Amino acid sequence: MGVEGIGARVVRKEDKRFITGKGRYVDDIKLTGMTHAHFIRSPHAHAKVKGIDSSAALKMPGVVAVLTGKQLVDDKVGNLICGWAITSKDGSPMKMGAWPAMAPETVRFVGQAVAVVIAESKNLARDAAEAVVVDYEELPAVADMQAAIKAGAPQLHPEAPGNQVYDWVIGDEGATDAAFAKAANVVKLDVTNNRLAPNAMEPRAAIADYDAAEEHFTLYTTSQNPHVARLVLSAFYNIAPEHKLRVIAPDVGGGFGSKIFIYPEEMVALWASKKVGRPVKWTGDRTEAFLTDAHGRDHITHAEMAFDANNKIIGLKVKTYANFGAYMSLFSSSVPTYLYATLLSGQYNIPAIHAEVVGVYTNTTPVDAYRGAGRPEASYLIERLMETAARQLKVDPAELRRSNFITQFPHQTPVIMAYDTGDFNASLDAAMKAIDYAGFPARKAKAKADGKLRGIGVSCYIEACGIAPSKAVGSLGAGVGLWESAEVRVNPVGTIEILTGSHSHGQGHETTFCQLVAERLGIPISQVSIVHGDTDKVQFGMGTYGSRSAAVGLTAILKAMEKMESKAKKIAAHALEASEADIVIENGEFKVTGTDKAIALPMVALAAYTAHNLPDGMEPGLKESAFYDPTNFTFPAGTYICELEVDPGTGKTSFVNFVAADDFGRLINPMIVEGQVHGGLVQGIGQALLEHAIYDANGQPVTASFMDYAMPRADDVPSFNLSHTTTLCPGNPLGIKGCGEAGAIGASAAVINAITDAIGKNTLEMPATPDRVWRTIHAA
Amino acid sequence: MSKVNLTVNGKAVAVDVEDRTLLVQLLRDHLNLTGTHVGCDTSQCGACVVHMDGRAVKSCTMLAGQADGASITTIEGIAKGDELHPMQAAFRDNHGLQCGYCTPGMIMSAIDIVQRHGGQLDEATVRHELEGNICRCTGYHNIVKAVLDAAGRMKVAQAAE
Repeated sequence: MGVEGIGARVVRKEDKRFITGKGRYVDDIKLTGMTHAHFIRSPHAHAKVKGIDSSAALKMPGVVAVLTGKQLVDDKVGNLICGWAITSKDGSPMKMGAWPAMAPETVRFVGQAVAVVIAESKNLARDAAEAVVVDYEELPAVADMQAAIKAGAPQLHPEAPGNQVYDWVIGDEGATDAAFAKAANVVKLDVTNNRLAPNAMEPRAAIADYDAAEEHFTLYTTSQNPHVARLVLSAFYNIAPEHKLRVIAPDVGGGFGSKIFIYPEEMVALWASKKVGRPVKWTGDRTEAFLTDAHGRDHITHAEMAFDANNKIIGLKVKTYANFGAYMSLFSSSVPTYLYATLLSGQYNIPAIHAEVVGVYTNTTPVDAYRGAGRPEASYLIERLMETAARQLKVDPAELRRSNFITQFPHQTPVIMAYDTGDFNASLDAAMKAIDYAGFPARKAKAKADGKLRGIGVSCYIEACGIAPSKAVGSLGAGVGLWESAEVRVNPVGTIEILTGSHSHGQGHETTFCQLVAERLGIPISQVSIVHGDTDKVQFGMGTYGSRSAAVGLTAILKAMEKMESKAKKIAAHALEASEADIVIENGEFKVTGTDKAIALPMVALAAYTAHNLPDGMEPGLKESAFYDPTNFTFPAGTYICELEVDPGTGKTSFVNFVAADDFGRLINPMIVEGQVHGGLVQGIGQALLEHAIYDANGQPVTASFMDYAMPRADDVPSFNLSHTTTLCPGNPLGIKGCGEAGAIGASAAVINAITDAIGKNTLEMPATPDRVWRTIHAA
Repeated sequence: MSKVNLTVNGKAVAVDVEDRTLLVQLLRDHLNLTGTHVGCDTSQCGACVVHMDGRAVKSCTMLAGQADGASITTIEGIAKGDELHPMQAAFRDNHGLQCGYCTPGMIMSAIDIVQRHGGQLDEATVRHELEGNICRCTGYHNIVKAVLDAAGRMKVAQAAE
């Protein structure tokens, strides 16, 4: 490892612009002649749009246009799509209602846009929006999942009778029933996985700029995957053909999944910019984010786990209801199915699993992938079940887990996934040691003497990342391939540009990706730049989500580097009159091994571009590209243990210690990996203690600002004690598993297991607010 | 419309703005100082924090007119040329930022915290004082480290002056 190579704690290259206020986010961009959009949104959860009167608004100062959903239909702009087809157990395709970008006839959630005002300033657009009169006929609404599937419930979409999107199954029902029939003990659990609002700190924004002469659009947008945005906008929404649409995702202020999806606002901005002949900017405010950014989680689950007389798990049955909100968002269908039920084996040897997932429409904001996407729900369920089982079977929860761990790899689970490698004992041991698990009973007794209820909670998570082998996901219904692309350009003076289809919105790619180049060529990272986030600059790529940018994106860069190095070695060998096989790359030089003959990278690069003396038949230039398709998912795993105290008088929880032992395979930059874990842990703790996106029975959102939705703040959470155990991922040459989602996947179960341990009652829903904890403590 | 006279990052400026213009809008839209961000509109998240006459204020929650005659410092105004403010350097060195969106407000709040507490800062105090700044990326762990680190650096810098 060099000082800036793989494994080095390199300070981030991108930080200087962020700490000096020079970041360039979408809302920071101003175009000449730019207009501003303000959307008119439904205040009702379910209503007919009887008419829109914009005559008064159109007379107001600075108003350029008022555009409605009907005009969008007239212009044949396509409906929003869901890109993953799921088949129900009866063989029928999922039942999807149409989702127009602005509703021409019916609104189905509070916040759905019906019209947009385009004006000379943001304030003038807002003023005019107040003067647009929308005539709504209110319809009965249903926000609660269980109410939505009852007979007689208000119906959302004619395409989906009973508000049911699909009824999907996985696993072997017969084998699972047989296991339960011979079980010595069965553990049952009902859990709710609370609905969350992702809340990246930068609200979504879009600037659309139509060039009439070229019939060309440029879209600046807050996207995690600008190429996918361009593809969807072109292929499905009829905005423009791909070569007439440039999508730029500049600095993006966090995503967590919510910026994967192509939303109505950027579609409308593009369409409107052509209609008004000027650039159109829309920047959401925080309440719009709560109303329109895809939410996460929202499951209701009943699960049963069967054990034999030796406390070995022999079967698992799961039935989950998943809330999709009012429409099927881009990847929503895959989240409670292939990203959830395929992880239900956890870290355990479970011979038989059967799971059924019912997808439900409600009059709420659409739900889609949020950090972890399905895997937090699976991990939470399994780890709450294991804790419940340990209490019921009266065995130590850590030891019950250990005795059921998978220890032989590869391991085929009954739910599709084939775990490639891991060492679950190692991470459990590391976490138990870090928290002094053995000393806990003494600490609990001391806390009791001080009037506090102390608890400890274990969570052993596993996830499937690097999403994913294209052929495999294609066979499961995905509408896209999930490879990644890269291009390595060595400039004539020897500096290097890496063009990547991955997108960095906080992950630090501008540093870690350079570290790979530094490692291979022995040059400083200052000689390398990373280009991403612009479809005019970068070849087609799939973007960043599912902890994939290192495992898949960086591997694509490696593959392109290998091609470039191979050509550069030929040039060097030719110049040095040596055999190509004898050339090694060290400290930025191509050396003839065992001699002092060498040629520096800039001279090789220059030779490639002057082309005066290249090997016969070689093309000039030094630029290579690669598309890398992973051979399997990666399987990051680890153990989190949380120790906390509950004040029985107030129900308030205080952290004592929180340890995380993760196996992410090879780490490129441990500093950045730790940062990813810290952030994920706090999102998991936020779910466990604070966060809940709530609707009343009529579908009115109760939590639509930071005044009402409890975001984790600095004094709500502890500092963390992190460590790593390592088994290298055999599925990619760098051995990387990915680290972006682990914290959010594993943390919430550790917290709830610890609180329920402290208070001595096993039933406690998230978020475990002081009020809820106090009521649970004092319930009869 | 009103004319607002104020000093921003050491330069006197006079701007004609609508009366309802917020200080953050004046900075971002009229002066192109886009380092100050808007994250919530309800005075909760702190992405918009700047200094007014040396004190941290949320610029989304006051009118530009209320800053008439005041001296405003934004994230763009705290480095001395190429020399970063110790708080900026500490955020970089401790990996106290990821997406960077909350960072300017965090840094401006953190400088104010250190100035108000002198060298008497511990983790619990920093966490309590950061209550008005929300970060979704870092989990605060490295932000707290950065603020404590910077408190030491600022003390050294002050002693040297």
